[in-house]
Amino acid sequence: MTRYFTKDHEWIAVEGSEATVGISDYAQSQLGDITFVEVPGAGSEVSMGDSASVVDSVKAASDVYAPASGKVTVANAALEDQPELVNTDPEGEGWLWKMTLSDPAELDGLMDEASYQAFIAEL
Amino acid sequence: MRYLPLTDADRSAMLSVIGAGSIDELFADVPAEARLSAPIAGLPGHASEMAVERHMARLSANNVTAGSVPFFLGAGAYRHHVPATVDHLIQRGEFLTAYTPYQPEIAQGTLQVLFEFQTQVARLFGTDVANASLYDGSTACWEAIAMAGRITKRGKAVLSGGAHSHYVETARTMAKFTGDVLDTVAPELTPTPDDAALIARIDGETSCVVVQYPDILGRIPDLAAIAAAAQAKGALLIAVVTEPVALGVLQSPGSLGADIVVGEGQSIGVGLQFGGPYLGLFGCREKYLRQIPGRLCGETVDADGKRGFVLTLSTREQHIRREKATSNICTNSGLCALAFSIHMTLLGGSGLSDMAKLSHAAARKTAAALADVPGVTVVNTHYFNEFAITLPKDARQVVRDLADRQVLGGVSLGRLYPQEAALANGMVVAATECTTDEDIAALAAALKEVLA
Amino acid sequence: MNAINPTGWRPSMGENVPGAPIQTFTGNRGLQLEEALLFELGLPDRSGVDFPETDSIDLSALGPMARTERPNLPGLSEPETVRHYTRLSRQNYAIDLGLFPLGSCTMKHNPRLDEKVARMPGFADVHPLQPVHTVQGALSVINELAFWLIELTGMHGVAMTPKAGAHGELCGLLCIRAALEAKGDPRDVILVPESAHGTNPATAAFAGFKVENIPATPEGRVDSAALIARLGPDVAGVMITNPNTCGLFERDLKIIADAVHAAGGYVYCDGANFNAIVGRVRPGDLGVDAMHINLHKTFSTPHGGGGPGSGPVVLSEALSPFGPLPFTARQADGSVTLIEEEQAHEEHPQTFGRMCAFHGQMGMYTRALAYILSHGADGLRQVSGDAVLNANYILRSLDDVLDAPFGASGPCMHEALFSDDGFAEGFSTNDLAKGLIDEGYHPMTVYFPLVVHGAMLVEPTETESKAGIDQFVGAMRSLAERARAGDEMLKSAPHLAPRRRLDETLAARKPKLVWKED
Repeated sequence: MTRYFTKDHEWIAVEGSEATVGISDYAQSQLGDITFVEVPGAGSEVSMGDSASVVDSVKAASDVYAPASGKVTVANAALEDQPELVNTDPEGEGWLWKMTLSDPAELDGLMDEASYQAFIAEL
Repeated sequence: MRYLPLTDADRSAMLSVIGAGSIDELFADVPAEARLSAPIAGLPGHASEMAVERHMARLSANNVTAGSVPFFLGAGAYRHHVPATVDHLIQRGEFLTAYTPYQPEIAQGTLQVLFEFQTQVARLFGTDVANASLYDGSTACWEAIAMAGRITKRGKAVLSGGAHSHYVETARTMAKFTGDVLDTVAPELTPTPDDAALIARIDGETSCVVVQYPDILGRIPDLAAIAAAAQAKGALLIAVVTEPVALGVLQSPGSLGADIVVGEGQSIGVGLQFGGPYLGLFGCREKYLRQIPGRLCGETVDADGKRGFVLTLSTREQHIRREKATSNICTNSGLCALAFSIHMTLLGGSGLSDMAKLSHAAARKTAAALADVPGVTVVNTHYFNEFAITLPKDARQVVRDLADRQVLGGVSLGRLYPQEAALANGMVVAATECTTDEDIAALAAALKEVLA
Repeated sequence: MNAINPTGWRPSMGENVPGAPIQTFTGNRGLQLEEALLFELGLPDRSGVDFPETDSIDLSALGPMARTERPNLPGLSEPETVRHYTRLSRQNYAIDLGLFPLGSCTMKHNPRLDEKVARMPGFADVHPLQPVHTVQGALSVINELAFWLIELTGMHGVAMTPKAGAHGELCGLLCIRAALEAKGDPRDVILVPESAHGTNPATAAFAGFKVENIPATPEGRVDSAALIARLGPDVAGVMITNPNTCGLFERDLKIIADAVHAAGGYVYCDGANFNAIVGRVRPGDLGVDAMHINLHKTFSTPHGGGGPGSGPVVLSEALSPFGPLPFTARQADGSVTLIEEEQAHEEHPQTFGRMCAFHGQMGMYTRALAYILSHGADGLRQVSGDAVLNANYILRSLDDVLDAPFGASGPCMHEALFSDDGFAEGFSTNDLAKGLIDEGYHPMTVYFPLVVHGAMLVEPTETESKAGIDQFVGAMRSLAERARAGDEMLKSAPHLAPRRRLDETLAARKPKLVWKED
């Protein structure tokens, strides 16, 4: 499994053409306490760069952009009652949705873990 | 000037701290060609309290007030008795001169009132939740239509002919710009509303059905049947209540299956005020919580664990979502919500029920008296405190003639529906617990004269 | 000796008890009174209103929708009601209690004459659908106020009905939409400076426009060169706040307006801050096509804990034909008339329609008119002068202890803007704001405008005395020094208010909007 990151602080973990998407630990730390997560419905098509989900904190609502194109297979139902999972385990239990990639070549433009760490160190 | 505390000595001292020679210098960024060097010419100067009061009293005297004559107007604004306590309490400076409660540590008074208000509205409407109010009933009605569109992702709203014409016009204005389709019809002067015809207009594209309860002619539609039909097609039922006192004796729209209930809260605590400010009421099912327009107050705890209240779910709102907000509304109608809540607290369930029964009784007496006037037909089979009558001639002129006889007799349907010839001879007549037997006799006698 | 002081009463100053705060049985702390919820106090069969017997009333005409049980709404007797709401009121801060420096909200003194006038029976006890000849006095109030608003702004007409500022913005943008549609012009982009209040883009989007942001210059004004460069056949107009949300006058508004007009667009001015310039400059002279006026700001109708407001929109000659019903406009003879649905086909045929039921916020019109008549043309000019003087005095009295990001951009208008630059590590604007609560003040506007980090927007208004402002400045200096020094006590402030900081995360995660019996 390989994990990639975007400049907008989403991560995508890929195994073959199946992928899991979430927001980075850095992103959750900047947002503060997450109060609500709106996830895309299973079966919906998302395109790379589209707003696919919204993460609410008390004073902000932030769009989550799809890091790659494809079809959503399942959304994280646990977030409905426990949006705080995005705070406590953003890159694990706090995942947002799983999807089937339509164009794995899109991932080439994303950062790996080390590049992303270097990227946020500059912010 | 009595509202300005600074003295000329203060102004000089402050200007020297700033390093400016005069107040005019502080306006240096205003382009010179547009800057005014003196008070705008042709407008009067300042006036004493006594002089202003005298002027306004003269304007006030140039109206026929509802309390001074037999009075039977309704059609979305009703004259109920408001206890003196209500006006006393809303004039407390801590309520009157407070801001929107953004700093909850020093706004628990307003916030607790809003929490209580939301609970009162939800119980009255029979909905799970309610918001902290909107501008008025007509704008609340549009907000509900827009919300139903967001929930169902459909763009066609079906409006019953019994919806208030101003509410329909307001929705029509908004829909023109949002691209929503409104399916509207004019009301028909039939004894009961044609619920079956309304149901037949619902299809798979319908986002919501908007039904006024009681309707503009005072008739009482069967919300349960309409709710079932709407929901079978995946549409929401929006019930509109322009006279909330009715719910003292009628089943609540929520209990009959309405998904969203909106209304005009004016008749409880607010008063007539020539049409505003009024009070938009908004309740709905809990599952639509995050689509609700307007402010919401929620319970929480403070750092010491004490119960307290805050404005919440503000990420729906314009100041955070900007162009993605659920609506562009900033304010609610806070002081009117307070007046409503205080009046409702004074009434309690039993008082509301009594006030409703007395209003209904007065309307029955009025209907009986008017039915005896030659040429008058009472239209309704059922009604709460308002009913329609038909006259042998244009009701607009009749209403004016009645006013010349010092009787404010009702609202002509021609005023509300100037384009509908079939309604021109129709009029709606409302009564409340304020209506006396003498008022009813005076209306019947004056109408007899006018029609003779 | 006998009978020396038999009651045992002896005046005493008491003793200081160090340590934990005193706990009370009731939870009250002297005059700081706790109050239970209505639903914990009231019962459905208790009432503070006496009615005649209703048992014998025949309810058959209600038909099948009649309810069988009375509504489950708790009631209280009159004394209990008075006490409940009076106790709650005392947990609120208010202008009547002290300076309320909420920037861009304009919390100024609310004259009590205005309250008295609004309650005159000819205004408070008339029905909106009475025959027009029975409400001539009420209509005169609307006409007189319309006249003043037109004169003070140098505009052509005014739409009176919008119910608040945001509703007024919508009204103005719908006028622009209607004017474009009348010309068959499909342009659909509205330019909004990035410093704008969030309502501007929300309204533009609601009215069906696409929103594009225009950057600000380093001195805190809209980048007029960037704005003018963006103009073109797709731009419907611009929305500009003047004075802007950084508290500065947009010097280039006239130049921008001329360019927008030349490019075929319209200029919407957000008039939220009109109180800073009333009597000093007329927006009509700057090329504005539409501007809402918050009567609850500039003309001091009470905020009421969050409404009702009122947002009439003044319109240029180009947009006046499209204004909503009912509508007032100046006629050739100088008079101002009111047009309703019945006359609209002949006299106002291009109207975009109705925005709300009835005639708008009458209760606010009477108050605003009484306020305007009290001040007169000379008083209103002094109002803006004193408001701007007070704000500049605060700016220059604090700019050595607080960062004033645009302090070098010239005088501010009616509000002074500061940032959190210079605070100790881990201290933010919110901490200073909460510290103000312990000092007995309502905090200023915080974190707005968004273009300044940790923004603090202070608007004193003209109804504060110099002594009152000096005390506020003293409190602000003390708090600024504590924030710079890193005083930990600030981070848990307020300590002395009816409540400590409230858990907003809990409220949003587990929304509890109505009371339920446990």
